[in-house]
Amino acid sequence: MPANLDGNVLAGPLSEVFQFDSTTALVECMHCGDVKVFAVAQVWEDPMGLVARCSTCAEVLMTVVETATGTVIELRGIASLRVQSEAVAD
Amino acid sequence: MSIFTRGFSGRGRDNNPALPPGQYLTEDFPVLSAGPTPRIDTDVWEFTITTESGTVHRWNWEQLMALPIEDIHTDIHCVTRWSKLATGWRGVSLDTLFADVDTSYEYVMEHSYGGYTTNVPLADLLDGQAWIAFEFEGEPLDPEHGGPARLLLPHLYFWKSAKWIRGLTMMAEDQPGFWEQNGYHMYGDPFKEERYW
Amino acid sequence: MVTSGWKVGTVTATRTQTPTGRSIDLAVPGWPGNVAGQHVDVRLTAPDGYRAVRSYSLASSGPGESIQLAVDRLPEGEVSPYLVDDLRPGDQLEFRGPLGGWFVWRPEQVENVQLIGGGSGVVPLVAMVRSHAAGGSAAKFRLLYSVRAPEDAFFADELAALANDTFELTWAYTRTVPAGWPTPPGRVNRELVERVTFAPSPNLMTFICGPTGFVEAVSNILVDTGHDPARVKTERFGGA
Repeated sequence: MPANLDGNVLAGPLSEVFQFDSTTALVECMHCGDVKVFAVAQVWEDPMGLVARCSTCAEVLMTVVETATGTVIELRGIASLRVQSEAVAD
Repeated sequence: MSIFTRGFSGRGRDNNPALPPGQYLTEDFPVLSAGPTPRIDTDVWEFTITTESGTVHRWNWEQLMALPIEDIHTDIHCVTRWSKLATGWRGVSLDTLFADVDTSYEYVMEHSYGGYTTNVPLADLLDGQAWIAFEFEGEPLDPEHGGPARLLLPHLYFWKSAKWIRGLTMMAEDQPGFWEQNGYHMYGDPFKEERYW
Repeated sequence: MVTSGWKVGTVTATRTQTPTGRSIDLAVPGWPGNVAGQHVDVRLTAPDGYRAVRSYSLASSGPGESIQLAVDRLPEGEVSPYLVDDLRPGDQLEFRGPLGGWFVWRPEQVENVQLIGGGSGVVPLVAMVRSHAAGGSAAKFRLLYSVRAPEDAFFADELAALANDTFELTWAYTRTVPAGWPTPPGRVNRELVERVTFAPSPNLMTFICGPTGFVEAVSNILVDTGHDPARVKTERFGGA
């Protein structure tokens, strides 16, 4: 079974935490070093939370859990994140 | 600010007194996937328990099958709110596997093929509460549900029952596993609704 | 542009689009406008506080405080059956957005655009077609729209009416073709892609949206036929 979603779906949950558009951010994978826009990450829609994996090596980049009281984001596999300045909100 | 959605109650949600709070009954067996499903052949499968001395207790598939096998009938409760009642499993009790394990540590990290981890106190794995399960309802356990073998720890939320179980590592202190690092409860008792921390 | 937090919209109209899907118009006070291709997250809340959140593409774009979604009912779905079967004018819905700045088309873009949609995956592409038509853009647009059968197409009449010398529409039917259709039903394949879509070019941007399997298959065909992966944008909405 393939990942059923991609990084586009993370825009909403991440908007609760970040002031930039996550889908256009450049993400460097800590495992394989690949750099791609976040929109192309594989996203597994586990009902416990969203799990974003590198589209090159399939290792975990990030998990997003929306709990009863807030949003928990862990960036366990991201070596760096580059945000274009025009993507920052007003 | 929050509004209620007229006419929306969620899928099949009900207040069955036999269920832990906030759970609904399902006849299906939903599959939760946080990543690709590992395909582990029983020829190469092994299960280990690693203690603080560095001792590794090791079983291959044939050795596991040679141990006493128990029939288990139990309810299971997923933190995503579904419960199944009276499910039937076969497996080997963790009491059997821990019989010759010498440890003074009180916590355990479960490790899976595919990289998943989840933490549990050792006391919750013993005294007839947990098994390495390899059959579900009379059939070999599907890879989608954790086959060839998963941990079965039914008195806690089901994420504590690691699919594709590969080994247990003794820990001096309770450390969080994959979901526990991300907002889920360190213990996860469904009857106390310990979903998140 | 990111606007976080939940907003409330009021349903002003719904319209049946297909046997399993419909469009939903909402009035949203304070809506900041959106770019074609963006989506919203819709949140439903049950009386006991239980919540379910799903993402839906916007069929609308531009300024103004009214938006349009289009939703297909998934057989095992929890949110889409409510939106397709139960929601009615006057109801309130919570959502956050507009979301996503990558899978978007802006009227000032001048390169040619190839759109390839499967099923309800056409919704963000419809927003792009509408935006293109409204802005009088000189960019050449083509849409290849794959549906199971003619009745499964969202916005079929509107898309057909928009076809002109800058917007070319091609249908692909996977199960049932209209009477007199020249070819049998079948999945989008390499032969069809090479025949009806723009050839690889640095002056081309391609957008693909649909179920995961559809997006994987079509994007592989494009890359195999020489398209630059950096100029092929994809959005998957799950399913088979």
